[in-house]
Amino acid sequence: MDLLRNAPFVCVLLPLIAGIFCAVLPRRGAKLLCFLTVLVLTAANAFSFLRFFSGAGPFTYPMGHFPGPWGNELRSGLLESAMAMCLCVTAFLSLWAGSSKAGVHIPRGKQGLYYSVVCLAAASVNALIYTNDLFTGYVFIEISTIAAGALILSRQDGLCLSGCARYLVMNLVGSGLCLMGIAMLYGQTGHLNIDSLRLSLAPLAESSPLPVSVRTVIVLLTVGLGIKSGLFPFHSWIPDAYSYSTPASGALLSSFISKGYIFLLIKVVVRVFGLDMIRASGVCPVIFAFGAAGIIMGSVSATRQTDIRRMVAFSSVAQIGYIYMGIGMCTRESLIAALFHMAVHSFAKSMLFSSAASLIASSGDRAQMESLAGSGRRNAPAGVAFTAGAMSLTGVPLLGGFLSKIYLSQAAIAVDTFHAVAVLLTLALSTFLQTVYFLHTVVNIYRPADKNVHAEKQSVLSGAALCVMTLLNILLGTASVPLYRALASGFMQF
Amino acid sequence: MGRISENYDSSWQKKFSDWMKNGWDGLDENMAREDTAPNEESQEEQTDLFTLKVREDRERQRDVYSRLHQWSVTTGARRIRAIYVILSLFTCAAIIFFLLQAVDGLPLLGAADSPVNNEVSRRYIEQGIEETGAVNFVSGMILDYRAFDTLGESTVLFIAACTVMILLRTDVGANGRPEKGSWIISPDQSDGKPDPILKHAAMFLIPVILLFGVSMVLNGHLSPGGGFSGGAILGAGLMLFLNAFGRDKAVRFINYRVFITVIFTALTFYAGAKSFVFYTGANDIPFRVPLGTPGSILSAGLILPLDICVGMIVSCTMYGFYNLFRKGGF
Repeated sequence: MDLLRNAPFVCVLLPLIAGIFCAVLPRRGAKLLCFLTVLVLTAANAFSFLRFFSGAGPFTYPMGHFPGPWGNELRSGLLESAMAMCLCVTAFLSLWAGSSKAGVHIPRGKQGLYYSVVCLAAASVNALIYTNDLFTGYVFIEISTIAAGALILSRQDGLCLSGCARYLVMNLVGSGLCLMGIAMLYGQTGHLNIDSLRLSLAPLAESSPLPVSVRTVIVLLTVGLGIKSGLFPFHSWIPDAYSYSTPASGALLSSFISKGYIFLLIKVVVRVFGLDMIRASGVCPVIFAFGAAGIIMGSVSATRQTDIRRMVAFSSVAQIGYIYMGIGMCTRESLIAALFHMAVHSFAKSMLFSSAASLIASSGDRAQMESLAGSGRRNAPAGVAFTAGAMSLTGVPLLGGFLSKIYLSQAAIAVDTFHAVAVLLTLALSTFLQTVYFLHTVVNIYRPADKNVHAEKQSVLSGAALCVMTLLNILLGTASVPLYRALASGFMQF
Repeated sequence: MGRISENYDSSWQKKFSDWMKNGWDGLDENMAREDTAPNEESQEEQTDLFTLKVREDRERQRDVYSRLHQWSVTTGARRIRAIYVILSLFTCAAIIFFLLQAVDGLPLLGAADSPVNNEVSRRYIEQGIEETGAVNFVSGMILDYRAFDTLGESTVLFIAACTVMILLRTDVGANGRPEKGSWIISPDQSDGKPDPILKHAAMFLIPVILLFGVSMVLNGHLSPGGGFSGGAILGAGLMLFLNAFGRDKAVRFINYRVFITVIFTALTFYAGAKSFVFYTGANDIPFRVPLGTPGSILSAGLILPLDICVGMIVSCTMYGFYNLFRKGGF
């Protein structure tokens, strides 16, 4: 019996138990335990990734003595472990880079609870990635919803509270829609286990047109998870929630927690219904259109922001749009491109949020564009990291965003002329807009400025974290072919 | 003193005081210079025509602005609101229509040939007692077959309690003052006098409620009930106690320390025990917690201890919520 088979079990249960311990430990102990946990998670996921990479096949892991449709199950494979590894790395780095600011923003007596919530969020994202049961998925959607709320409001000022209220209203609607969808699916099939669902949906797939009840389930799940990950018309909660919370929270929310929901959606699309059924249901063009609209509208809104954090948050809306555009094309290549973009975006966005926070700290805690002038010189690692992240998301070669744009356009060209033209035009327009707002900011942070700005002394730790992030992003742009291949072959076994 | 300098009108002090009084207008500066100089030389007719024209223009402009503004706050706002209401009603109607259509396509509830009656529920019903030892097979299902989901649900309660504590708890430091950065609510000294009617009613009710809750938790594997419902009843009893007898009496047996200890112990035990079961189950280690004879109180393996844990978590979370929402502490 291979011990590494237990990696998915460890990845869910360990952070859950650590989260319980963090709530009673003193502040420093909780912080240490949280960091150790996320580090162990990363290592466990990396080892299980290596195991699959060297040829082991995917397997299901029963949670208890009862297999299959009776008990709960986890499923692990190349795709799951690769995605979990990438997300855990970004989570660790965002925590690392944001820890000094979190110590200032969060009241001392509540930092233990904060790190407990972070651990539970890590448990829930891993569970969303590894689960082989839709209801388990829903339970962990609940946990990550509440965890994200706690991450937002842990910095207790008015902006965060109103942002959190907005977040909760939208996200509870999303959770409700997901639950309705799962309940209706259970009513029609009598199963919650994903493998059994697939088998019992198979006879329905041949009936044409697809029954309205199955279509409704697809719509409910897509819209529910779309709201929770901030798809375009439901993105109004994103800017407040991401930008005003403490930088570690913002980075975790945009690069870690929202990716869990998207992965669950991809799981539903690919493993529960299958691409043919999704195509027959007619939701693909709608997802595609919302994704494309999100890219344009998010970028346009980002150009109009004067607060650097809000600009980065609106650029998240655009990047989520890329992922949904990939899902909306509903081919294998486009979904692989979407998965790759998830990895790229989580690496780049966690870096952008952390470096923006460092730039703000070295400009006397002011986030307006004009007061950031020269901050890239005052704080070199943050300036370099911000520039690298901005260039990656704009699509400059040698960085990750360039590759994912290439993969996305290749996938679109393989579909048909309409999709090719639409994707290429959207990409061109959004690249232009991203150049406008990111380049403008990058030029701004390197502009000479007056010397007597009160610059907060930067901790070496967060500078080091930003350097590691920059390196990883460059690595993602130059040496990511194995990762892409792993995602592709993992997707084929998915 | 008090003498106005000769070129006061064009000096920066004048501009500044004008700006303080009226705000600055790009047109004004040039106009002011032009209409003061001719005035002194009494060429009134010419300038009057010009200033009148300017004034007229400006008034027209202001008029247009104010009308636009008026329109946007009265008619425009009303129309947009109407469009908004109509659109949202239409969206709601469409959603209701499609959902009803979808519900129409669902199998009938309780029909014998409904897909819900498949091998999954058959095994829960037919082999549930044999495999889990629980006579109440709902308990057997949620605490044995699908115990991972229930662990998740208990964690939902725990994280909700953590979140409410982050939001509402007033941390009182060693010096007796609320800690810096937390919400400052003056610590409530007294709850007023407890109501005598409530107090006497509670004396009869509370023991019954608490005993009922305890028996529900302990009989979770034998009869309907279990940790979640029994815990809710216990929590309600504790809240009634707090209301009837006041904070001073309640804090004697349940304060923040007790609260966090109980939740921590229960959840750690739950997660630890279940991790062990998951691990042995997945790795085919032949170890089973003895199930006992179905029907006796000490049976059904881990279900009884887990029910107790869930009951403790639920009751403490409810009571904790009530306290935190009431005044941010115990």
